[in-house]
Amino acid sequence: MTNFSYTVLIPLIPIFVFLFIGLTGHKMKPLVSGIIGTTGLAISFILSYFTAYQYFFNTEKINGAYQKILAVNITWLQFTDKLHVDMGVLLDPISVMMLVVVTTVSFMVHIYSIGYMKGERGYHRFFAFLSLFSFSMLGLVLATNIFQMYIFWELVGVSSFLLIGFYYEKPSAVAASKKAFIVTRFADLGFLIGILILSFNTGTFDFINLTTVGGPAMATGAGASFLGLSVMTWSLIFVFMGGAGKSAMFPLHIWLPDAMEGPTPVSALIHAATMVVAGVYLVARLFPVYALSAPDGLTVVAYVGSFSSLFAAVIACTQMDIKRVLAYSTMSQIGYMMVGVGVSRYGGEAGLGFMASMFHLFTHAMFKALLFLGAGSIIHAVHSNVMNEMGGLRKYLPITHITFLIACLTIAGIPFLSAFFSKDEILSAAFEHNRLIFFVQLFVAGLTAFYMFRLYFRVFWNKEPHYHHTPHEAPLTMTIPLIFLAIASIFAGYIPFGQFVSSDSIPFHSEIDWLHVAIPSIIVGLLGITLAFVMYKKESNLPDKMANSLKLLYVGAFNKFYFDELYLFVTKKIIFNYISRPVAWFDRHIVDGSMNGIAWITNAASIKIKGFQSGQLQQYAFVFVLGSLLLGILFSYFFIYLF
Amino acid sequence: MNLDNFLLMRHELVLTIITLIVLIADLSIKEDKKQRIIPIAIFLFGVNAIIGFFPVVTGNLFGNMYKISDLQCTMKNVLNIGVFIILLQSVEWLKSTDNKLKISEFYLLIFSTLIGMQFMISAGSFLMLYLGLELATIPMAALAAYDKSRSTSAEAGVKLILSAAMSSAVLLLGITFIYGTTGSTYFDVVSLKFSNNPLQTLAFILFFSGMAFKISLVPFHLWTADVYEGSPVNVTSYLSVISKGASAFILIIVLFSVFNSISMIWKPLMYIISVLTMTIGNLFAIRQQNMKRFLAFSSIAQAGFILLGIIGANGVGMTSVIYFIFIYIFSNLGAFGVVSVIYYKTKKENMDDYDGLYLTNPKLSLVMMLALFSLAGIPPVAGFFGKFFLFTAAATSGYYWLVFIAVLNATISLYYYLLVVKAMFINKSDNPIAYFKTDAPAKAALIMCVVGIFFIGFLSVIYSYMASISYGI
Repeated sequence: MTNFSYTVLIPLIPIFVFLFIGLTGHKMKPLVSGIIGTTGLAISFILSYFTAYQYFFNTEKINGAYQKILAVNITWLQFTDKLHVDMGVLLDPISVMMLVVVTTVSFMVHIYSIGYMKGERGYHRFFAFLSLFSFSMLGLVLATNIFQMYIFWELVGVSSFLLIGFYYEKPSAVAASKKAFIVTRFADLGFLIGILILSFNTGTFDFINLTTVGGPAMATGAGASFLGLSVMTWSLIFVFMGGAGKSAMFPLHIWLPDAMEGPTPVSALIHAATMVVAGVYLVARLFPVYALSAPDGLTVVAYVGSFSSLFAAVIACTQMDIKRVLAYSTMSQIGYMMVGVGVSRYGGEAGLGFMASMFHLFTHAMFKALLFLGAGSIIHAVHSNVMNEMGGLRKYLPITHITFLIACLTIAGIPFLSAFFSKDEILSAAFEHNRLIFFVQLFVAGLTAFYMFRLYFRVFWNKEPHYHHTPHEAPLTMTIPLIFLAIASIFAGYIPFGQFVSSDSIPFHSEIDWLHVAIPSIIVGLLGITLAFVMYKKESNLPDKMANSLKLLYVGAFNKFYFDELYLFVTKKIIFNYISRPVAWFDRHIVDGSMNGIAWITNAASIKIKGFQSGQLQQYAFVFVLGSLLLGILFSYFFIYLF
Repeated sequence: MNLDNFLLMRHELVLTIITLIVLIADLSIKEDKKQRIIPIAIFLFGVNAIIGFFPVVTGNLFGNMYKISDLQCTMKNVLNIGVFIILLQSVEWLKSTDNKLKISEFYLLIFSTLIGMQFMISAGSFLMLYLGLELATIPMAALAAYDKSRSTSAEAGVKLILSAAMSSAVLLLGITFIYGTTGSTYFDVVSLKFSNNPLQTLAFILFFSGMAFKISLVPFHLWTADVYEGSPVNVTSYLSVISKGASAFILIIVLFSVFNSISMIWKPLMYIISVLTMTIGNLFAIRQQNMKRFLAFSSIAQAGFILLGIIGANGVGMTSVIYFIFIYIFSNLGAFGVVSVIYYKTKKENMDDYDGLYLTNPKLSLVMMLALFSLAGIPPVAGFFGKFFLFTAAATSGYYWLVFIAVLNATISLYYYLLVVKAMFINKSDNPIAYFKTDAPAKAALIMCVVGIFFIGFLSVIYSYMASISYGI
């Protein structure tokens, strides 16, 4: 069998780079720190592709299924014989695929950032954080057990917090980073509860044990029940809550749009391609448990995903900030992935949804990173995020324009580009198992095409505003990643994904259902594009008319359906007033009061005993002898009466 | 017995040879070049510390007078690491003009006491233990009085030697009773013949009082504050970390290997002493203004925590004590290192002098903060894990009230440790300590401490290793 122990280097290199740049970065030239960071990631990138090649092509299959390989496993904390936390590297089809995704996007973003961040203060800090993030994400992907995953899950949260708040002098960035951290942390509470219930029931943290068919997770599947659902189902729903927080699913999505305050390459890496799909990855990791012992949990996943995807798509149609449009589009696409996993069943053809979801995760990482990096290039050129201040940019930014167009066509599901395949497989799976969700997703596909092309026409065509200085194309370090990702977006769809990733790790072949799925989806896609073309190709009053005729919906969507306000109302008005105040009063008067009392007693005692420490040696000797005599008498006395 | 057997005592032998080399070097170096001894001594001691880590040979020597096992070897290595850090910290001080002619004395004295402690750890008989104890104590008094010209230092020396003499007398009386009632001084013989009759109980109490003096447990602690305050800073850190750690090691060895049969006596004894030590040490520490005196009292309180592990009286307890002392060495030496660096640069050692230190010397303040956090036991630094395992040891043996009192005391200690942090980071000062560069050896020592504080808690191998050897007495 191939030895995979070198894979441990893939996450370790970035953490060493982080420590190195973090400790010595301020002494080197900014560019040097960028190059060191990028080189470190390049090595991880190469190692990941090598691992993928070795794993998929040079490793024997067992009963036709890809093996789950524990490449490295170290017992980290041994509490009791049974309860221990391990750290290690687990290789299976999805973790290997994620390795490829994470290192590819991260590598591209590193190269891009060398140009994009030029001249920013804290250049080396930026690269140090990027490396920290890459380490955390890779550790999460490779986790061998749910506890290790949780640790890295939190680390990912921290690095995301640091990167969103990168411009820490800007109040909005600070607020956004706090919001992201608190909301996801709240969701992680659910995750932790889920982990505790799950491991309590099954007696293991280990993914291989948990997901083996006939393993402890399946055996205790039924368990006791609560409110009509088994304990197992509840634990998995809690776990999904953590996933939903990280993946910005409704109603825990409110942090994602604000997170766009971070530098654009960060949005591309963390809030588009990698971290936000961690929730999908989590569900996929535990998929056998979900599918075999808690199918109700999967239903929840599917409906949450579907609703989020519709909800986000509607909002995306009204936003004016290009990064926010992309943020909502990310949320919507992750909804698709959740739907894919949610409607899937375990094994063979029925597992089409699972495969499609992973496939979409893969293609989405490429084209969404491309969209964000393209948006970064636009922002770099016009120094604004708002669509009103853009227009006619196709003349000034030719490379950005072409690559951006490719990405828009891809996300709209135009045939023979990558997302066409992945999205249609999700739709096929939905068509098989849940017609309602299928129609919702079909409609969302149309909306997607519409809002993406609204963005495209507004930015690259339409009327040119008055630019302060002529926009110019980005430097080479920024355009090369764009071109690479554009090529990936076009061709990633031709990977026979079912050969590599499937719910039971056994390769299978999938066909596109042209009649029921592909044709309708192409038609809605084209409709969306056409509508956008009519409304936004040239400046016209059509959008305003449209907005007026759907006034209620438009205003609601424009204000993100007032969810931020709702959350603020609940936290500030209700929780702060009716829960926090009484608790604070109790804390201030009862708890602090008794603490102050204890402190007063301590202090008074301290003054009283001062006399012992007189400095007189005779007295010290006296106390010494007295002490030993007293103890001697005490214990001899004890001895007589007790024994 | 043949020559190979001497390998068993390589810690002591190598150190003795080094001591002799330093002595000869001192005689052959001219007066104005005495400073050359510093790198020689440090280098040689480093070699000694590394040799200590060579694979362990276990066995007995001199008819069970001397014993060595993995456990004892580890204890000696732990002490070696601590002494190495202290040697690095004291370079700047030894270079000062006052000490020009007596540099080698420092090394000779410190190495002699260390040899004494190592013999104590390896003792297989009370006679050996007593010899080691004297070897570890008498040169210590000379060390405390090292700054002869300073009256407080001389006072510290006198106080130490007088109170040590008395405690030795009491300890010797205890040993006499033990010999009188059992007819032997060998641990393995005594342990078989020891029972809980009143005379033997008294003998044990007297012996324990002598050991308690070394660890400065209440009520045998009164010498501590004056001696710590008067001695040179590096000697104080040696006293409070190495000497105390070694004595704690010896106390557990003796309690487990000799007095195991009367554990129903010493467990309640430990209970009382532990509560007294933690509480009184803390109550005194709260009011101290002088940093050395402050750390002296806080180290008394820390000794009370160590008893928690001993009282656990099981494998976990033993492991937790060694582990705690290992961490304590790094944390306390980190704190003392900062105090000594500041003292030798500015001659300031009061808490008020530290006001606003963060603005002028941020790195030193951060090291100090980490060291204090580790002493207080705040996660995730190593001190937390040390205390955690001590508490676990006591709790698994059912001493819940004791753990509760210990937790209360840990909270009190947090208060006074934070006073220092507050002074450095929050208090404003019109006349803060100006920025200065720390010399390289002291910097290296502080870096070692910081690394220790950060990583020992996370490297579970260390704890697992200690756990694996803890049953080896």
